[in-house]
Amino acid sequence: MLDALQRLGQITLQFFQRLGRGNLFLLQTLASLPGTILRPGLVVKQMYSVGVLTLVIIVVSGLFVGMVMGLQGYNTLVDFGAEESLGVLVALSLVRELGPVVAALLFAGRAGSALSAEIGLMKATEQLSGMEMMAVDPVQRVIAPRFLAAFLSMPLLAAIFSAVGVYGGHLVGVGLLGVDDGAFWAQMQDKVDFHEDILNGVIKSIVFGFIAGWIALFEGYDAVPTAEGVSRATTQTVVHTALAVLGLDFVLTALMFGD
Amino acid sequence: MNSRTVEIWVGIFTAAGVAALFMLAMQVSNLSSIGGTAGYVLTATFENIGGLKERSPVTVSGVRVGRVESINYDLESFEAVVSMKINDDYQGFPEDTSASIFTAGLLGEQYIALEPGGSLDNLKDGGRIQLTQSALVMEQIIGQFLFSMSSDEKQE
Repeated sequence: MLDALQRLGQITLQFFQRLGRGNLFLLQTLASLPGTILRPGLVVKQMYSVGVLTLVIIVVSGLFVGMVMGLQGYNTLVDFGAEESLGVLVALSLVRELGPVVAALLFAGRAGSALSAEIGLMKATEQLSGMEMMAVDPVQRVIAPRFLAAFLSMPLLAAIFSAVGVYGGHLVGVGLLGVDDGAFWAQMQDKVDFHEDILNGVIKSIVFGFIAGWIALFEGYDAVPTAEGVSRATTQTVVHTALAVLGLDFVLTALMFGD
Repeated sequence: MNSRTVEIWVGIFTAAGVAALFMLAMQVSNLSSIGGTAGYVLTATFENIGGLKERSPVTVSGVRVGRVESINYDLESFEAVVSMKINDDYQGFPEDTSASIFTAGLLGEQYIALEPGGSLDNLKDGGRIQLTQSALVMEQIIGQFLFSMSSDEKQE
């Protein structure tokens, strides 16, 4: 009985310690961001590995998600004789939800896990301690550029995902199933609002970029410096990012669209 | 990989991201069609606005000329006050223009249809449309229909 209570207390304490470490880590990262902006070369290099290398999976997934929505949406809408609304359906679901969320999930899988593994391995091979020995702040030199790169890449990736998805829907809806081209775009432009839908989608993706970068870097930075610890950190990055993104998405949606 | 190639790729990535945002703004959303908020305001009062919402379209002969800007309720006349922003390109509606709330299709959204009258004076910015026709509420129509049915039967 007492053992179980002790175990519960231990878990609770560990949870809050980790949460505290995570927040301190975030504050430290944010504090070293101004110094990072002075060295854009580091950020550009990280944007290559975080953003450019994620581009392929984002474009391909966006295209297929859009095409599937075109197909499924058409099959449902045609029963009501409303297949011209296909553009609205595809564009709204992509811009509001699927773009930011799916891009963030793919981002966590492709870039977040790589970031965690990289930082975790740096820690395991004591490269981070080595930097500290040479009076180089590892947060400033290693963490902050990666965080900034993730933060900047995510909205761009989400926008590319949505744009490619809309064209995917157009490809299937107009090219394959014969929805009227003019009605497709006209209804879309009629119903999609720039501030209400597109800017809110961009805000979502900025928030997700922040969260995904934070979780990935913290998991790596806080990893147990062994092979097992790094592998666990990588797994946890994907799991925690996915949970955080989906949970936050609900909150953000409720705040933005639940008038 | 040398740093020039990396930088070029990041440049391409950033440009593609911005282009995608631009495409979403111009091609997917209504940003291009409103083009800022240049326009003038007309108001109209309705007994019942049905499902009319802010940003619902305002049309003349089926051509969209503006949007509903705000909907308020006037506690003195007990009517809904709808203010519409009409595009500057469409000026000079006669003073006796009438406004009706219609539904697009059976289940579609509701919109305001303006019908120009024959007056020589024109509506100006902030002008009020006098002649209005409220939205049709399905229950009222069914109620009236049943009522007229039963009165028909009594006469026979």
